[in-house]
Amino acid sequence: MKYINYVLRWLFFAVIIKPVVKIIIGLRYQNEPILPKGGPAILIANHNSHLDTMVLISLLPLKILHKVQPVAAADYFLKNRFMSWFALNIIGILPIERQGKDKSVNPIEQCAKALDSGKILIFFPEGSRGLPEQMTDLKYGVVKLAERCPKVPIYPIYMHGLGKTLPKGDALFVPFFCDVVFSEPMTYEANSKNFYENVKSRFNDLQDSVKLPKWDE
Amino acid sequence: MFFDFETMRPVTQVFMFLLAGLSIASIISWVMTKVNKQKDYTELKQRINSWWIMIGIFGLALLMGPLVTVLLFAMLSFIALKEYFSMTPTRLVDRRVLFWAYLTIPLQYYWIATGWYGMFIIFIPVYAFLFIPFRMVLAGETKNYLRAVGNIHWGLMLTVFTLSHLAYLVMLPSEGEYQSLTMSGDGAALLLYLVMLTQLNDVAQYVWGKLMGTTPIAPTISPNKTREGLIGGVVTTGILAMILAGLLTPMIWWQGLLVGLGIGIAGFIGDVSLSAIKRDIGIKDSGQLIPGHGGILDRLDSLTFTAPLFFHVMRYFYF
Repeated sequence: MKYINYVLRWLFFAVIIKPVVKIIIGLRYQNEPILPKGGPAILIANHNSHLDTMVLISLLPLKILHKVQPVAAADYFLKNRFMSWFALNIIGILPIERQGKDKSVNPIEQCAKALDSGKILIFFPEGSRGLPEQMTDLKYGVVKLAERCPKVPIYPIYMHGLGKTLPKGDALFVPFFCDVVFSEPMTYEANSKNFYENVKSRFNDLQDSVKLPKWDE
Repeated sequence: MFFDFETMRPVTQVFMFLLAGLSIASIISWVMTKVNKQKDYTELKQRINSWWIMIGIFGLALLMGPLVTVLLFAMLSFIALKEYFSMTPTRLVDRRVLFWAYLTIPLQYYWIATGWYGMFIIFIPVYAFLFIPFRMVLAGETKNYLRAVGNIHWGLMLTVFTLSHLAYLVMLPSEGEYQSLTMSGDGAALLLYLVMLTQLNDVAQYVWGKLMGTTPIAPTISPNKTREGLIGGVVTTGILAMILAGLLTPMIWWQGLLVGLGIGIAGFIGDVSLSAIKRDIGIKDSGQLIPGHGGILDRLDSLTFTAPLFFHVMRYFYF
């Protein structure tokens, strides 16, 4: 069963997701891509759409697909049997308990364990999906994770347009180009407050470099 | 023999010249980088490489027949409309309207593929243009309503309606008596004639402008465009159009000259009108799809004006 899921996952991304992302949506790199060649690594990105994960996975070559694990909320994605099979085996999420739910498992330790085994985690520091094409305040999860794994490089990536293509709370897919901006990888610095501010300013710079309209009023 | 130039279709003959010209351009740019090592020719090289790819795709589509050509232009319309919607301000409340706007593309190209001229010519300017504001009224949001209607209409006009005329050119001779009137060509030839002249006109205006351009012609919209560039380009295009008319079209030399001058002027207007949109929004290129050229709209802008005008001149006088 494990190998069937493996193949299904590969086929899902090679045959459906990559073509949809590259042809129907269309990616436009605003600068030269800066991406990890292998694990462990963390991709952090803004979160406006379910498509964010799909695009981030599509950015990486298929040959390291087996290492990629998007970090996602267990309570949202493991709601029913089909969805949880799909989320765990096809998307390949690392399910974490959101704070306050179950204190016995520490989500940061779960991520750290995956990183120790050489995984590439996809992490959305904003937590859940924000309003279309707007960034909400970053949560401290990314700082805690960086503090726990100070040697792992963190790649900030900013995506523009997916909140237009498939915003939160809407199931209709309307294609817009997705503009992607890459940034040099970061690693944890001694001070957690500084690191938080650095991540924030990195995202502000990335956001400012995209000179395209957000939703009109 | 495979390379028997005399017996080739005129389209193929002209294409050979085009490939030869591009090869010369490639060689010149290669020599330039060898001679002048200090200067950076990356953009020029990117441009020429992109020309190879664009001409390759276009040539392959023409070779594979009208249906493939129609599909190619449907795809180009889709990418162009997506580029347009990605750079202009659109309202969240209009997402469903934008979805309908995309749906006009398969329909419009379906009318073309089936040769339904009556529907092809009114579908966008009548049905789509009436349906879009109706669908927006259903959404109930009046803030920026007029701007949103205008935005979507102009997007459909530029990227679907005008560009689809290129595809219909391939279908033209199937109606009327064109084939029996002259032995000199087919729809693919008309399409090649128009696309080639429009694109060469862009290059010629750029080159003339670089060589001797001094008087800006539209300083507030496109500061690099000059009167000298425009005149040089239009005359060059006119002469080329005159030479190629007999080979690719049912026109005689002086008609070709007039049409060529028209293509030169209309191409300039199409170029400047897209520049005005970009300047309004505050961006330089419409995208980065084609290395060295910008987005797909940056490459097709002149054709948005030359295509419908050329199409109707041909249709009125020759079919």
